[in-house]
Amino acid sequence: MTAPALRLRGVCAAYDRIEVLRGVDLDVPAGSVVALLGPNGAGKSTTLAVVSGQMRPTSGSVEMAGCDVVGASPDALARAGVCMVPEGRGIFPNLTVTENIKLLSHFGVKTGHALDVAFEHFPRLKERRKVLAGRLSGGEQQMLALARALATDPALILLDELSMGLAPTIVEHLYEQVTALARTGVSILLVEQFASVVLDIADHVAVMSHGRVQAEGRPEDVAATLSTAYLGDAS
Amino acid sequence: MLTDLFAFTIVGIVTGSIYAVAASGLVVTYTTSGVFNFAHGAVGMIMAFLYWQVRFDWGWSTPVSLIFVLLVVAPLFGVLMERALAKNARGGSFVSAMVVTIGMLLLLMGLALNVWPPEGRRVDGFFSPHGFDVGPVFVTWHQAITVLVAAGVAIGLRLLMFRTRTGITMRAVVDNRGLTALTGGRPGRMSLLSWALGSMLAGLAGILLAPVLQLNVEALTLLVVNAYAAAVVGRLRSVPLTFVGAMVLGLLESYAVGYLPSTGSFANIRLAIPTIMLFVVLLALPEVRLRTRSAVEMRMPAMPSPRTSLLGGAALILVATAIATTVAESTLTDLAPALALGLIALSLVPLTGWAGQISLCQMTFAGVGAFAVVQFAADGSPVGLIVAPALAAAVGVLVAMPALRLSGLYLALGTLAFAVLMDRVVFTRRDVFGDFGVERVERLQVAGVSFDGVRAYFVLLAVVFAAVGIGLQALRRGRFGRQLSAMRDSPAALTMLGQDLKTTKMAAFALSSAIAGLGGALLAGLNTTATSSDFTMFQSLPLVLIAVLGGVTAVSGALLGGLVLAGLPVLADNISFLESLTLLGPGIIGLILARRPDGIALVLSDLWSGRGSFAAATAEDEELPEHCEQLGIEVDFEPRHAEVLDRALQVEGV
Repeated sequence: MTAPALRLRGVCAAYDRIEVLRGVDLDVPAGSVVALLGPNGAGKSTTLAVVSGQMRPTSGSVEMAGCDVVGASPDALARAGVCMVPEGRGIFPNLTVTENIKLLSHFGVKTGHALDVAFEHFPRLKERRKVLAGRLSGGEQQMLALARALATDPALILLDELSMGLAPTIVEHLYEQVTALARTGVSILLVEQFASVVLDIADHVAVMSHGRVQAEGRPEDVAATLSTAYLGDAS
Repeated sequence: MLTDLFAFTIVGIVTGSIYAVAASGLVVTYTTSGVFNFAHGAVGMIMAFLYWQVRFDWGWSTPVSLIFVLLVVAPLFGVLMERALAKNARGGSFVSAMVVTIGMLLLLMGLALNVWPPEGRRVDGFFSPHGFDVGPVFVTWHQAITVLVAAGVAIGLRLLMFRTRTGITMRAVVDNRGLTALTGGRPGRMSLLSWALGSMLAGLAGILLAPVLQLNVEALTLLVVNAYAAAVVGRLRSVPLTFVGAMVLGLLESYAVGYLPSTGSFANIRLAIPTIMLFVVLLALPEVRLRTRSAVEMRMPAMPSPRTSLLGGAALILVATAIATTVAESTLTDLAPALALGLIALSLVPLTGWAGQISLCQMTFAGVGAFAVVQFAADGSPVGLIVAPALAAAVGVLVAMPALRLSGLYLALGTLAFAVLMDRVVFTRRDVFGDFGVERVERLQVAGVSFDGVRAYFVLLAVVFAAVGIGLQALRRGRFGRQLSAMRDSPAALTMLGQDLKTTKMAAFALSSAIAGLGGALLAGLNTTATSSDFTMFQSLPLVLIAVLGGVTAVSGALLGGLVLAGLPVLADNISFLESLTLLGPGIIGLILARRPDGIALVLSDLWSGRGSFAAATAEDEELPEHCEQLGIEVDFEPRHAEVLDRALQVEGV
């Protein structure tokens, strides 16, 4: 059996002394889509920050395809094939659309190829290629951020709240692209606060609260436990 | 007539080209690393001296000298600076970044004066004295090369920033450092690269300027003020606009030489053109373009109780009296400036420490105080103690009015420009500090009591310092003190409470300049002379350094700072291996501050109380997560988000 694309065991992390992750165990099997759900402050974004190398865990292990990656810098992980699309808009507002995509050549991707892929998936971006990314609409900006994930052929994609602040139709369109991506065999770990958006596309769902994964399983099994995680135990 | 105009235009373009090279270096460094390098001109100065050393003293060939200085030493130096200074200062408050580069500036000046003591050194221009005729005007090769180099730098930077991946990554770092790392770029390397590039451009400007200005440490270092003026036109971001600003400045200066009278009371206006332009540009730019990161993020000391504050003042007077009656007069003469300078440093406590406003012209306010004494109380009349702070406060309000819309870096630049303006235009006038810049002043006499002796004057200084210190602490406990702190923490929130920011800011400037003016008056009395060279911009810089070193949020910090500033020359005089301390001291302080931006006073108070107040703060924080989760608050909400919000809310015109 092959090692999962990503495996977290007992990961703890803290901002100064405020402990946010308290022993997270999570597997993302190769080629699957795992959705990480949970209420505000559950530690979802922090988990992604740890996985992408932006934050060092205080204890626990992070393995990618069987290799321990704790302590690797974000840029090294990025070049190794971990693509993080951060919360908010993962774009450079004062660079043009084309320049944003050109930055992808850090991954060893040819600029021309990156542009082709991005514009093929999102023709809208081609029309606006000379516009500063900061002038794009929210949806277009998220397309640009996703284009990065599409063009660089990563092994693991981390998506943080892709839907934030966007109209439902745009969210739907973006997640169609994510589903298409998933079919190519890439592993995806996505974080959402609003579960309904992702239950359809995820293979596996983990529900976090209080810095731990409290429940996990197939989407239909977990859906029932969601209200408890979000609203607390009524008993 | 027309020939003259043509000739002056050519000179203007040449000067503008040099400014453009210097300013673009400043912009490249600032945009990529977020640290405004006050030492930029000093780097150019050092590189010009080094070029003289290898080219003219050691006789290397021009190309080898240029390669050595510009392609080997300058980039290395930039990298070292980034590692040693900017790296520690990044992410810290603007003040800590600022004092570190100011320390570097003073260090480099001290270094240059040590290694190359002032004497006539000639730097010839390239292919000097050859040239060619353009119509009726003779243009030297050096001038032609200067313009070509500037054009080359402009085109080169444009290509680098927009056509290469490295350049795009550098711009990406400006936009979002973290995200750049997530896309596989290496922000640290980009930062290093920009410092290396900035340092090279500073060196290039220095070498181009050296044949024009000759090797003068101060003049070459001040190049940076001219470069600021040009860079501010480009809002410290746009290289093309910076070039436009540089050309306008170069032409203005050249036409001023040609067409403004070279004698009479406006003779010195020519020298002040860059600072006047800096002022005008700062005032003309829309405020929203002038926002920088928060000015002061230093810890505040615990507020002393009235009793503690009175006891502290009494202790200071007692100790001073004990010292004054026991030690030798010569020692006392060495020690007394500590109190006078400490008082001037104290003027920064309410302004910078509490209200979060930067000023790089405190010595100028002190100079205004000294001028008041010269004019109205040169005979030792106590009127001086009233007129000096009053006049200084009036000037402080004058400065504050245009400065109301400025904050952080731009306020620092504005006050710096004001200091240079006063140095060059006002303090040099013979009706201010006399023909030679020195006017005699008698020590104070109050109601028959004379403070003529240094012992009595020492006690007087301690009494004044204690009184002002106690007064300030009382003020801080009250409504005005709360307003100042609130303005520092969140101008937007203060406005929303219905408070008028303008009045608060002006009052802070008036209070601070009044204290500085009083300090200046007492300093003049101590020296029994008022000397223009005591009150220059270059004197204000170490003052800010030592105030921050002592602890700019605490009254006791100002006293400690004064002791350091007055102590350095004494140590240097008495201990031979510390001879260079006066010159290098401030720079070394800057390096220390890179590590400990809180200042000595707070470190001492932590040691005294046995536990840091910091430890207490985090202990409280530990209970936070539970509450946060219950309330549904994101725990990873960081203080800087509040700052962003604050900026977003900042009211126009304030």
